[in-house]
Amino acid sequence: MQSKPNLGRRALVLVPYVWLAIFFLTPFLLVLAISLSSVRVGMPPYEPLYAWQGSLLSIRLNLENFIFVLGENTYLFAYLTSLKVAAISTALMLAIAYPLAYGIANCSPHSRSFLVFLVIVPFWSSMLIRVYAWMSILRNDGLLNSLLLHVGVISEPLRIMNTETAIYIGIVYTYLPFMVLPIYANLSAGDRTLIEAARDLGCSRMAAFWRVTFPLSLRGVAAGCALVFIPVIGEFVVPDLLGGADTQMIGRTIWIEFFNNRDWPVASAVTVLLLVILVIPIVLFQTRLSRTPT
Amino acid sequence: MPQPSWFNRLSIFAGLAFLYLPIVVLVVYSFNASRLVTVWGGFSTEWYAAAINNQSIVEGAKISFLVAATSATFATALGSLAAIVAVRIRRFRGHHIFNGMLVAPMVMPEVVMGVSMLLMFVTLGIDRGPVTITLAHATFTMCFAAVVMQSRLAELDPSLEEAARDLGCPPFLAFVKVAVPNMLPAFVSAWLLSFTLSLDDLVLSSFTTGPGASTLPMKIYSQIKFGVTPEVNAISTIILGVVVFGLVASRIVSRPSAKSTVAV
Repeated sequence: MQSKPNLGRRALVLVPYVWLAIFFLTPFLLVLAISLSSVRVGMPPYEPLYAWQGSLLSIRLNLENFIFVLGENTYLFAYLTSLKVAAISTALMLAIAYPLAYGIANCSPHSRSFLVFLVIVPFWSSMLIRVYAWMSILRNDGLLNSLLLHVGVISEPLRIMNTETAIYIGIVYTYLPFMVLPIYANLSAGDRTLIEAARDLGCSRMAAFWRVTFPLSLRGVAAGCALVFIPVIGEFVVPDLLGGADTQMIGRTIWIEFFNNRDWPVASAVTVLLLVILVIPIVLFQTRLSRTPT
Repeated sequence: MPQPSWFNRLSIFAGLAFLYLPIVVLVVYSFNASRLVTVWGGFSTEWYAAAINNQSIVEGAKISFLVAATSATFATALGSLAAIVAVRIRRFRGHHIFNGMLVAPMVMPEVVMGVSMLLMFVTLGIDRGPVTITLAHATFTMCFAAVVMQSRLAELDPSLEEAARDLGCPPFLAFVKVAVPNMLPAFVSAWLLSFTLSLDDLVLSSFTTGPGASTLPMKIYSQIKFGVTPEVNAISTIILGVVVFGLVASRIVSRPSAKSTVAV
C-alpha cells in the first residue's frame, strides 16, 4: 500500500503514538530528571530541576545520586548479582527448553498444536501463583523435603527456600515458556528437506542435528534468550518470595528504595543505571528482530 | 512425516512434568483438610468457603476484574491501531521510535515501568487508584495485543482487499469490510491476553495504586509474605480454573474461524 499519507492515516499513527509517548516515554524522561534532583521533605519528595529568578532560568543538575550509587557496594553487588542470576538462569532455561521445543517440533502437526497449548497454559496463569506453588514445595518442612526424608535420601531437611538455588528454580520455572515458544517457532518453520539431504549424503542423525538443525535454529535461540534475559535482570517477585537476604537483586533493591526508604532521587538513579545496563541487550534484540523476515 | 524419537518423547515428558507438577501440588493441597502443607488431612472444601467469605479477597477480586476488563478493552483498541500502523503503514516519520516503544514494554522489567509511572502520576499530582492502575495496565498490555494483531494482519491475504478495491471499494471500506471480519478471532485473543496479563500483575499495580485500592494479586502477595496457607491455595485454584476455562474456550472459538478463513 503505497499511497500518499493523508489525514486519516496521520490520525491512525498519532493515536497509539501519542499514548505510548505519554505513558511510556515521558515517565522514563521523568525518572532521568528526578535522578538528577535532590531529596526534600514534602510532596513530590524531590527538588525541582529548574528555578526562575527574575528573568534568569537556573537549571541544577545534581550528579550526587549517581556518585553515591556507584560508590555504594550494596548497589554494585545487586547489579552484578542480577546479571549473574539472569545469565545462569538463561543458560539453564536453554538447556531445558531446547530439547522440549525440538521434541515438540518433531511431533505430528496435530499433537504439536496440543503440546504448544500445554506449554502456553502456565504462561497465561498467574506468575505469583506459580511462584507460590514452589514455596510450599521448597520450604524446610515442605513437600520436597518431607518426601526426601521419607524415602531416606537425606536425614536432615535441605535448606533450599531463601537461597539462590530457590531463585534459579523459580525463575527457570516462570520464564520457561518464553524460551520454548520462539525456539519451537523457529524449529517448526525449518526446512525438513535439508536434514533429509544431509542424511542421504551419509550424515549421522547426531551430525545432521549439530551441523544443520542447530545452526539454523540460532535465531530462535537468540530471541528466546533475549526474551528471558532482559526481564529477569529486573525481576522482583521471585527473589522477593523465594530468595534470601544474601541474594539482593536490583529489582528488589529498587522496590525497597521506593516503598521503604522514600529517597526517590537515589532510587531513580538506581533505575537509570539499570536502564543503561538493559539498553545494550534491548538494542541487540531489536536489531535482530527487525532483521527477521515476517 | 517426522517421527519423535525416545529422546524427544522423554524431553517433552520431563519438560511438561516440570511445568505442571507444582500446579498439581497446589491444586491438590487446596482440598486438604489439614492446615499443614505437608500433612494430608482428608478431602475438604473448607478453604474455598473461607476464601469466598473473605471480604478483603472478594473486594480485591472486584477491583482486579474491573481494572482488567477496562484496560484490556483499551489495550485491544490501541494495540490494533498500533498493529495496523506497524504492518500496513510501516514507514513514517519517527517509525523507529514507534517500533521501539511498541517492543520495549514487553521486555522492560516491570519494576522499571512501575517506578516511572509512579513518578509521573506523583509529579502530575494525579490521585493514584484504580484509574491509574488501569492506565498503566493498558499501556503495558497494548504491546502484547499489538503482537497478536500484527501476526494476524501479516497472515491476511492482501489479494482479498485488492479484489474489493478493484471492484470499486474505497481502501478504508475495503479494510473494514474484508480485513476486520477476518481479524475477529485475533481481537478476542488480544483482549483475553491483555485481560489475563492485567489480572496477574502485581508489580505495576503496586507502584501505581493509591491507598485503599488493592488488587487481588496485591492481597495474595501480602498474605503469602507471611507464609503458606491453604486459603491461598484455594484462591489460586479458582484463578487457575478461570484462566484454563478461558484458554480452552478461546481455543474452541478460534478454531472454526480458522476454517472459515481458509474457505473465504
